[in-house]
Amino acid sequence: MSPRRRRPHLVFPDASELEEPLLDVQDLRTYFHTARGVVKANDGVSFTLNRGKTLGVVGESGSGKTVLTRSIMGLLPNIQLERSGSVRFAGHELTSLTAHQLRDVWGTQMAVIFQDPMTALNPVVRVDRQLTESLRIRLGLDRRAAHDTAIALLGSVGIPAPEQRMRNYPHELSGGMRQRVMIAIALACGPKLVLADEPTTGLDVTLQAQILDLLASLQRERSMGMILVTHDLGVVANRADDIAVMYAGRIVEQAPTKDLFSHTRMPYTEALLRSIPRLADPSHTRLRAIPGRPPDLASLPDGCPFAPRCPYAQDRCLTDDPPPRTAGAGHLFRCWFPVGSPEGEDALARNVAAGVPAALAFTGALAGAAISVTTVSVTATAVVTGSLAPDASLVPPAVPLVVPPVVPPVVSPGPAEGANGDATAGES
Amino acid sequence: MSRYVSARVVQLIFIIFFISIVAFLLVHLLPGDPTLAILGPNDTAQARAELLKQLGLNRPLPVQYWTWITNVFRGNLGISFLTHQTVSNAIGVAFPIDLELIIVSQLLAFIVSIPLSLIAALRPNRLFDRIATTSTYGMLAVPTFVVAVILVLLFAVKIHIFPATGFNPLAQGLGPNLKSVLLPSISLAVGSVAIYYRLLRADMIATLQEDFITMARAKGLSTPYILIRHALRPSSFALLAGAGLSIGSLFTGAFVVEILFQLPGIGFQLIQAIDSRDYLVVQGMALVAAIAYVVINFGVDILFTFLDPRVRRG
Repeated sequence: MSPRRRRPHLVFPDASELEEPLLDVQDLRTYFHTARGVVKANDGVSFTLNRGKTLGVVGESGSGKTVLTRSIMGLLPNIQLERSGSVRFAGHELTSLTAHQLRDVWGTQMAVIFQDPMTALNPVVRVDRQLTESLRIRLGLDRRAAHDTAIALLGSVGIPAPEQRMRNYPHELSGGMRQRVMIAIALACGPKLVLADEPTTGLDVTLQAQILDLLASLQRERSMGMILVTHDLGVVANRADDIAVMYAGRIVEQAPTKDLFSHTRMPYTEALLRSIPRLADPSHTRLRAIPGRPPDLASLPDGCPFAPRCPYAQDRCLTDDPPPRTAGAGHLFRCWFPVGSPEGEDALARNVAAGVPAALAFTGALAGAAISVTTVSVTATAVVTGSLAPDASLVPPAVPLVVPPVVPPVVSPGPAEGANGDATAGES
Repeated sequence: MSRYVSARVVQLIFIIFFISIVAFLLVHLLPGDPTLAILGPNDTAQARAELLKQLGLNRPLPVQYWTWITNVFRGNLGISFLTHQTVSNAIGVAFPIDLELIIVSQLLAFIVSIPLSLIAALRPNRLFDRIATTSTYGMLAVPTFVVAVILVLLFAVKIHIFPATGFNPLAQGLGPNLKSVLLPSISLAVGSVAIYYRLLRADMIATLQEDFITMARAKGLSTPYILIRHALRPSSFALLAGAGLSIGSLFTGAFVVEILFQLPGIGFQLIQAIDSRDYLVVQGMALVAAIAYVVINFGVDILFTFLDPRVRRG
């Protein structure tokens, strides 16, 4: 397993001998200089990841999570790019490595699993070469050994008849099969860290679970670190050790998984949790979407970037950017009026009274959430419901952006648009 | 794969059939009296009538076509009234010259344009790309005959390394043969380099944005390896299609160079035949050039299936 190389290459300690965290990202900023201005895709991201652990990175499209994985690896094209901060990986500062040295990291130390295997696998190259080329070039295996290793890898990711699959082109495989091939390619050279960028987004739900289970078991076997990027909190809920919620290019809340779900602090995280559809909801329940859209990363507002969509937002949020605050061990969040705190409840109550749309949408949906038996966010929402439900009913003319679900046949006046009636009907 | 190929073969047969009809009509629907055209104005009316009968021009068109096409399949394209040589003989002399010119010039064009476009696409709009793009633009703008004249001035008149005109068949040895086709080939390659560079550069730039290139980089593979082993093949469709069209048209399009260098290729002979109204030669040469054109582009279509396995299904 000795790499065959002409130039001097980086030496990496065995992961088990590593004293510092496997990955330590500090204040990482990734800016793109575009015609529209500076796009701040990552704006001061910090976290650490120990070997064998999983960090879930959650956020909407455009929150900078994919750029984060590319920026950590140093894979971004160097054009109009401004990158600062520190990425320490297994004892090396990656930001100060040359392009040549980075190639020593890629594949063998750090690997990436892409979202869409259809585009990430070369359409005109057989599985065989896509899998064996890194084994031969990076690990210096000969043709025979690379071929055998590749077949073993395909077997280990659950591909039946690997010998035959080797001769296939990507388009000849099914979606789940392609994603398995991609995982096999990523893990071929035994990386210590895997960056999985929405690895299951294009797959149907049963395949999603299979692929995530596969990743988890491979991770355990090899005690790899993993960063699991997703827009779906459900995906990381019972698979990540820690979760970082990203919004507008920064981590707005980060906590051990359990803590994040049970003691949500950041209103954005709460909104994300509530946007997960629940099985217990009646049929045709509208999704509790977060109103509005994420901000343009090229012209971020002053203050908290979530403020325009936040049910808790106060004047202060529009002008002062909240710094990271702690709430218990390893729990960080950025908010002036955190969920579950007296300030937060007070802020929400004031917003509802003042008819702030985001707050009304929130409480409107809340009424529905209160009926349904929720699994994850039950504590957080129950507290707020108790204090706010009466207020919500006091504002009859409001048109909630999200109509609360009701037990339809009994109360609802009609199956279609009954917007005004529903807000109060939901309370009954 | 075979279904795709056999569909293309059927298509090819139809196209060649159509070409043969056009080539046939070329002579038979000429305005005026074909015997006048073939024999010239000074012959007797009796000779004309005899020729008319001999050529079967008094019979209905489909019958005439059938007679002609069966003759073509026997290799009988008629006799040049100018040289009294058979047309197939003339083609037999001319065709290899074009073939060699085309092979040498296109090899040169690929050898120059492929590396240029790979390097340029790596950093679009940077210095190398700008220089290469501007200079190929210039090459595209300069007419072939200007390039040819400059080359002759430099390499045949100032320093006598290459002959200024004339063709040495391969039978006279590889050295003299190559010497006689090198300057004309370079003249032809100049225009092709510019086109191929632009086609490949554009597709390369697009391909290098693809996820699978990022994926290849994330494997820690070297840039030259990624360019050649991952990016080149999926980027070469436009290049290949362009090359097919350009090579096909060179069978007649090389005439400027052939005249300048006095190479008796298809284009050269075709121009001469047109000039002297040697219609049977025109017909034969045009038929051969057109068939070469479609056959080459058929070959390109087949090559696509090797370049992109997804085509085989379609």
